[in-house]
Amino acid sequence: MAPRRATGASPTIGHLLSAKEIVIACGPGGVGKTTTAAAVAAMAAAEHGGRVLVLTVDPARRLADALGLQGIGNAEVRIDDEVFKQAGITPRGELWAAMLDTKQSWDDLIRRHAPDVATRDQILANPLYQNISGRFVQSHDYIAMERLYEIHSEGKYDLIVVDTPPTRNALDFLDAPQRLADFFSSRLLRWLIVPYRSRLVNAATKPFYSVADRILGTQFLADISEFFILFQSMYEGFVTRSDAVTRLLSDRRTTFMVVSTLEATPLREAEFFSTELTARKLHLGAIILNKVLPDYLRDSSTARLAQHMADQVDALAEGLTDEPVVAARVLKEVAESFLHFGIVARREAEQQNELKGAPDILVTVPFFDADIYDMGGLIRLGQQVWD
Amino acid sequence: VSAPAPDLLQLKLVFVTGKGGVGKTTVAAALAQLAAEHGKRVLACEVDAKGDLAALFEAAPTNFVPREIAPGVAAMSMDTEASLREYLKLHLRIPIVGRIGPLAKAFDFVATAAPGVREILTVGKLCYEVRERHYDLVVVDAPASGHIIGQLAAPQAINDLVKVGLIRSQTDWMLDILSDAQKTGLVAVTTPEEMPVNETLELTTRVRDETTVRLSAVVVNRVLPELFGQREEEVFEQLRTPESEAVLSERAGGSVAPVLEAARLAVTMRRTGAGHLQRLQAGLPPDLPVLLLPEMFTRTHGLRTTHQMAQSLGEELGH
Repeated sequence: MAPRRATGASPTIGHLLSAKEIVIACGPGGVGKTTTAAAVAAMAAAEHGGRVLVLTVDPARRLADALGLQGIGNAEVRIDDEVFKQAGITPRGELWAAMLDTKQSWDDLIRRHAPDVATRDQILANPLYQNISGRFVQSHDYIAMERLYEIHSEGKYDLIVVDTPPTRNALDFLDAPQRLADFFSSRLLRWLIVPYRSRLVNAATKPFYSVADRILGTQFLADISEFFILFQSMYEGFVTRSDAVTRLLSDRRTTFMVVSTLEATPLREAEFFSTELTARKLHLGAIILNKVLPDYLRDSSTARLAQHMADQVDALAEGLTDEPVVAARVLKEVAESFLHFGIVARREAEQQNELKGAPDILVTVPFFDADIYDMGGLIRLGQQVWD
Repeated sequence: VSAPAPDLLQLKLVFVTGKGGVGKTTVAAALAQLAAEHGKRVLACEVDAKGDLAALFEAAPTNFVPREIAPGVAAMSMDTEASLREYLKLHLRIPIVGRIGPLAKAFDFVATAAPGVREILTVGKLCYEVRERHYDLVVVDAPASGHIIGQLAAPQAINDLVKVGLIRSQTDWMLDILSDAQKTGLVAVTTPEEMPVNETLELTTRVRDETTVRLSAVVVNRVLPELFGQREEEVFEQLRTPESEAVLSERAGGSVAPVLEAARLAVTMRRTGAGHLQRLQAGLPPDLPVLLLPEMFTRTHGLRTTHQMAQSLGEELGH
C-alpha cells in the first residue's frame, strides 16, 4: 500500500510529534521499545523545546545511566542539561523521566479515591488488594494508562512519551480501563457481595455460594467480599476515570508509535497491533523498525561475487599476505558469512514489503554496532528516527 | 549445596520462558522434537497461544484437546476456561454447576476477582497431565519472563490466601510436583544481547526467591558463529587494507568492499554478543548448564529448522 503523503514535505517523526501531546510506544518485547521511546523523547526535548516526559516501565539500569540518573523511580525527575551537553547538544527544552512502579501507583490511587482514612487503611491492608496490586498482571496495564491520564491532566508537560508494559497480548493495556469499569459494574460482583453484607441468602442464590464456598473456602470468599465492598465506595470514581482514560487514548492529541524489528515473530505482532489500532480508530502515527541490516547485503551481484570468491579462495589469496593458507581460510569465511547474512537480510526485506496497514511514517533504523549506554547514543538513535 | 541439575530429557514437566522475541517457542519446539526422537511421548503446550508452536511443526493451530502434530509430539493450547470445565467435571461432580448461570460469566468473575485463578488453572492442568502420566514429558511454551513468576508462584500464592477448601487441597499436590527438581524444571531462553541477558539474570534470582521451581538450564539462542581466531583476524585486517582490497577486487572481477564490510559487521556483532554471553555466564550459578544454539541462517522457520535446532540442542545436552 502506498503511503499517504501530507501535502508538501513527506511526514517525519519530528513533524508528527510537534503536533501531539501523547505518544504511546508499543509493540512486542525485545525490539528496543524502551530505548526508542527515550531516544524520541530526548530528540523532542532537544529540537522542539518545551517540557518532555518519558514514562517508562522498564527498570533497566542502562537507561537510567544513559539519562545520567542514579535510578528512575515513580516520581518524575528532570534530566540535567549537563547530560545533553556531554553529548554535544544544547537542548531547547527540558527532558524528564519517570518509571512506573505498579504497587506504588496503586497505593497512590487508593489514597486519592478512598472516601475516608478508615476505608483507605482497610483496603491497603486487605490481602486480596495486596495480591492484586503487586502481582496481578492486568493491574499493571491498567495502572500504566491511569498514571498517564493523571500526569496528562496535571498539564505539566508539553509531550509525554509512554513506553508500554510488555503485555501478554499487546492490546491488553488498551482494554484495561474498560475491563476494570465493566468489572466493577458487573451484576455478579454485586451478587457476591450481598450475603456478606446482609447475611441474607435467598433460595435462588444459595447454590452459587455453596459452590463458591466449597471451591474457594469461606475465609477467602470473605476477603474477596470485604475487598469489593470497600472498593464499591470508590466505584463511581473508578468508572468515571476509566472512561476518561479511554477517551484520552482516542483523542487527536494522542498518537501511537509501533516499534518492531524485521524478525518474523515480532513483526507479526506489530502488524496485528497496527491493524487493531486502525480498527479501533486510534491514531497510528508511525512504525519504527529497529536493527535493520544494511541494504548492500541484499545486492544480488555482490552475492554472486561472494559465491565466486568462496569457490576460488586459494587463487584470490595468493601472494597477498605472508600466510596464504590462513588468508584463503579467512576469505572463505568472509564470503560465506556474506551469503549467510544475505539470506537473513532478504528474508527481512521481504517481510517489510509484506507489511500491511503501513502508516504515513515508516522508519527503518540500521543495526547499531554498539549498545546504547549514554545520551550520545540515544541522540544518535533519535536522529536516525527523527527526519 | 544442591544436587546437579538433572538432564532436561529426564524431567516430566519443563517450562520454557524468556524475554519476548528471543525464540522461546523455537526452543520449546526443539526440546519437544528432541524428546520425541528419544522415544518419549511428549505433550507440548502453548500457554499464550498464537499458533507459533504448531507452525514450527508446520501443523494447523492447536486447541485445548491435545492432537498429534509430529510423531511422538502431541500439542495443545491452554484455555483456562476449558481447564476449569474439565476440573469441575473431574473433581466436583456438582450438578448445581449447570444451574449457576453460564459458566463463562461466573468464571470471568472469579478469575478477575481472585488473582492467580487463571494461573492456577494453567499450572493445574499441566501438573494434572504429569500426575496422570499421560505423557513422559510435558513441554510448556510458557509466558515471557515478565509473567512466568506469577504463574509458577500461583499455587503458593493461593495457598497463602486460601486456608481451607477444595482449592487448598488441590494446590498441595501441585506444589509437590512443581517443587520436585527431579520432575519439574524451568528453562530460560535468552540471546547474547544486553536486555535479554539482564532479564535472564534477574529471572534467575526471582525464580530462586519467589518460586519453588528449579531453574534447570539457560539456553542462549542465536549465537553467531565465530568467523576467525586471533591469527585469522590479523590476516583479515591485512586483507582489508586498500591495496589488498584492490587486488582482491581485480582478481574477483568486482568490488569486494561490501563483502569485507559485511564480515567486519559480523565480527562486531559476534564480539558484542560474546561480551554479553560472558556477563551472563559470570552472573549465573556455576553449576547451571548453559546451552548454546546457533543463529539459523534460513529462509523460513518450519519443520526443517525445528529439526536442526533439536539436533543442536541434543549435541549441547550430550546426546
